[in-house]
Amino acid sequence: MNRAAVIGVGQTRHAQKRTDVSIPGLLREAALRALEDAELTFRDLDAVVIGKAPDMFEGVMMPELFLAEALGAVGKPMMRVHTAGSVGGSTGLVAAHLVQAGVHRRVLAVAFEKQSESEAMWALSPKLPFQPPLVAGAGGYFAPIIRAYLKRSGAPDEVGMMVAVKDRKNALKNPYAHLQLPDISLDTVRASPMLWDPIRYLETCPSSDGACAVVIGDEAGARRAPRKPAWIWGGAMRSEPTMFAGRNLVDPRAGRDCAKDLYSQAGITDPRREIDVAELYVPFSWFEPMWLENLGFAERDQGWRLTADGVTALDGDLPVNPSGGVLSSNPIGASGLLRFAEAALQVRGLAGEHQVDGARVAMGHAYGGGSQYYAMWIVGSELR
Amino acid sequence: MRPVAIVSFAQTPFVRRTRLNDAELVMEVVTAALERARLPRHEIGFCCSGSSDFLTGAPFSFVGALDAVGAWPPIQESHVEMDGAWALYEAWVRLQHGDLDTALVYAFGRSSLGDLQDVLVQQLDPYYLAPLGADPIGLAALQARALLDGGEFTERDFAEVAAQNRARAQSNRHAQVRGSRPAGALLDEPYLAAPLRKHDCPPISDGAAAIVLAAGDRARALCERPAWIAGIDHRIEPHALGARDLTRSPSTERAAREANAHERPIDVAELHAPFSPQELILRRALALPGSTAINPSGGALAANPIMVAGLVRLGEAAARVIDGVAARALGHATSGPCLQQNLVCVLEARP
Amino acid sequence: MSDAIKGFTAPVRLAYTVNAGRAASRFLRGLAERRILGQRCPVCKKVNMPPRGACPTCGVPTEEEVQLSEVGTVTTFCIINIQFDAQARELPYACASILLDGADTTLFHLIQEVPVAEIRMGMRVRAVWDDERRPSLDSIRHFRAAGEPDAPYDSYKEHL
Repeated sequence: MNRAAVIGVGQTRHAQKRTDVSIPGLLREAALRALEDAELTFRDLDAVVIGKAPDMFEGVMMPELFLAEALGAVGKPMMRVHTAGSVGGSTGLVAAHLVQAGVHRRVLAVAFEKQSESEAMWALSPKLPFQPPLVAGAGGYFAPIIRAYLKRSGAPDEVGMMVAVKDRKNALKNPYAHLQLPDISLDTVRASPMLWDPIRYLETCPSSDGACAVVIGDEAGARRAPRKPAWIWGGAMRSEPTMFAGRNLVDPRAGRDCAKDLYSQAGITDPRREIDVAELYVPFSWFEPMWLENLGFAERDQGWRLTADGVTALDGDLPVNPSGGVLSSNPIGASGLLRFAEAALQVRGLAGEHQVDGARVAMGHAYGGGSQYYAMWIVGSELR
Repeated sequence: MRPVAIVSFAQTPFVRRTRLNDAELVMEVVTAALERARLPRHEIGFCCSGSSDFLTGAPFSFVGALDAVGAWPPIQESHVEMDGAWALYEAWVRLQHGDLDTALVYAFGRSSLGDLQDVLVQQLDPYYLAPLGADPIGLAALQARALLDGGEFTERDFAEVAAQNRARAQSNRHAQVRGSRPAGALLDEPYLAAPLRKHDCPPISDGAAAIVLAAGDRARALCERPAWIAGIDHRIEPHALGARDLTRSPSTERAAREANAHERPIDVAELHAPFSPQELILRRALALPGSTAINPSGGALAANPIMVAGLVRLGEAAARVIDGVAARALGHATSGPCLQQNLVCVLEARP
Repeated sequence: MSDAIKGFTAPVRLAYTVNAGRAASRFLRGLAERRILGQRCPVCKKVNMPPRGACPTCGVPTEEEVQLSEVGTVTTFCIINIQFDAQARELPYACASILLDGADTTLFHLIQEVPVAEIRMGMRVRAVWDDERRPSLDSIRHFRAAGEPDAPYDSYKEHL
């Protein structure tokens, strides 16, 4: 398998409604930034891989077809990945696979969502026949899982709110982040309406328009790149069924297995010590402690302590979501790739104000569906 | 490139309206494909599928089908919102890494659930084309008109394509439209969307298909005569119809070149041409000699399960190699209006 | 034309006829007869509900039908404070994952006739049928307290 590296990263300014651009415009904003970062043009690309969540979020079926021109893909191979919420991550992995297999030398991965163009709430919970419409939005599915974690771990109520505050404060240092909430505090979070108990409004991700683009190159391209590349040390994906007897929704095995495979590829035996920064897919505050356990950063029922002790803060020992994470920007199809891209920015030293000093090994994590699809990667500032 | 082969292929009968749901359709073909390859489910290295939410009328519609695969313990799996032929491409790429030896590819689609003509309008540019309600038959008719205006083909040529494909489908028990009146009789029928008549258009089909891929020695262990992928490539053209010469298929020409299609003669070609004029365009783009047998399965004119038909072309081409009928076969898949995106896969009896 | 057009509304209406499939159809017809059906996997022996014709972990067809109890245990729940569509449910309301006696997977449904503050994990609940019988999950209007002692945590903690 050949080596591959991230040589360009670009993203849009994420916002609730980007009425200033069309869908192609949104993608090009991210793609052009990534190409600029790599000092390449569309002509230099061998292939384009697009990822996004359900087509109904924009009301366009198979949008890669109408986006071919805008992304300079004419005459090239173009693919469209769809693995629910983890899709941004899978898109990055599929693009990396093409380079690692030696099929292409420079591939553009773009993931996006312009959900203001359709109705995301409807698209997420359509009225299907034969069953009563019970709950609006994804939170209704995840709230019971969080409740189960709270009961199992005995975590204090405050921890979820701490995550919500931490990520939004980090977002203030990320000019691309959607939510800019300078007045956020534990008090404002506590006072915000309870949506799906125990998830409060301010503990919930926003609905954003946005795109993320990453240029992945082979070893030769990475060595020639104008800026430091982020070498891909490993990438893994795992899926498990939505519902089956004995399924552990709080600590899904697919997530654990995926992480194990990933660490093995990357030569990591102690993730808590060896990983400098993690961009994890946290759409509801309590997923931070839950994922910390699922990914092996903490023992079972202890993940919340890392948050409570400030370990995951920007100046902590293992910063989580220095970009502000999904809680601050959530263009659903792009969110996974944003985690991967932000991890790359960290080890390239290009994360600006939210840079973690000395970050050399970073993890990007994405999940989707009923906590069943996982895509993760680890990038490093040096070749492994 | 690591040698990878198609070692088995399974398909459901293609029908206008199935009583089964997606998981049940997929279960049928996955079970059959694995049985034919004598590959236990838990030994599959990678899994990739193709399907469309808009076809099913629900978001995340591919999730339900996962039940048919038995994803436990957790599996390495991915999905494309495209025809299964592209899922096969992704699986082929994944097998190049060398750590996995087998992959399962499947695709499913129930066009019967919605009004396919209306659904496929949503595939078009949402700013300029979709609001016009440009349906797929209308667009194919535009392409057919351009082809007639070029002076090289006639409506009779279209009718011949239709008649021959459906006649060949008589020996394909999975095909939906089997048998046809002769071309002359077909030409007496009224236009559907001039210059296309009903026979120039595909049926509306429900169904699923699955393929097992294996690498190197594993392929030889699972199949007596694996269909080795000698080359595979895909390319896309502009979406704007006005930016294309609709009478040609440069993306097919390019994909065929990249896949080394012309290295040696092709015995059998399965072409994904839902509309009869498109087969003429593809045959010209691929420069297939007269000796090549085209669409022994009857092609997309005999059964056109959206999201599956391309994978079926690859499977049918592979089946001819596996059966010993062909030494070298070509499978083609298309996506988008008027052959906008095309994939070519060359299969050989020798690695 | 001084104002640039920044967008337009292009309404689309697509009608789909949903086909539940063989296994789900039997389940739905069972509901019309006030019977709740699951399917047992021939390999792992677990009872899946709602049945979908295949065992999700074993990847084999499931045929054996099992009738389940109308009574079950709340394994976890959430209290909802936002309106769904034009449902006009009184807020807040609760939904729960319910492990019906005899089943190995849970059903997500509405809890009513209980003050939301009293809803707890382990609570025993019973299905309340709608007067009108129809092949739909809303033949079960909601679940109410079954009036039994709570199930011990160990009995359902694997089913969260």
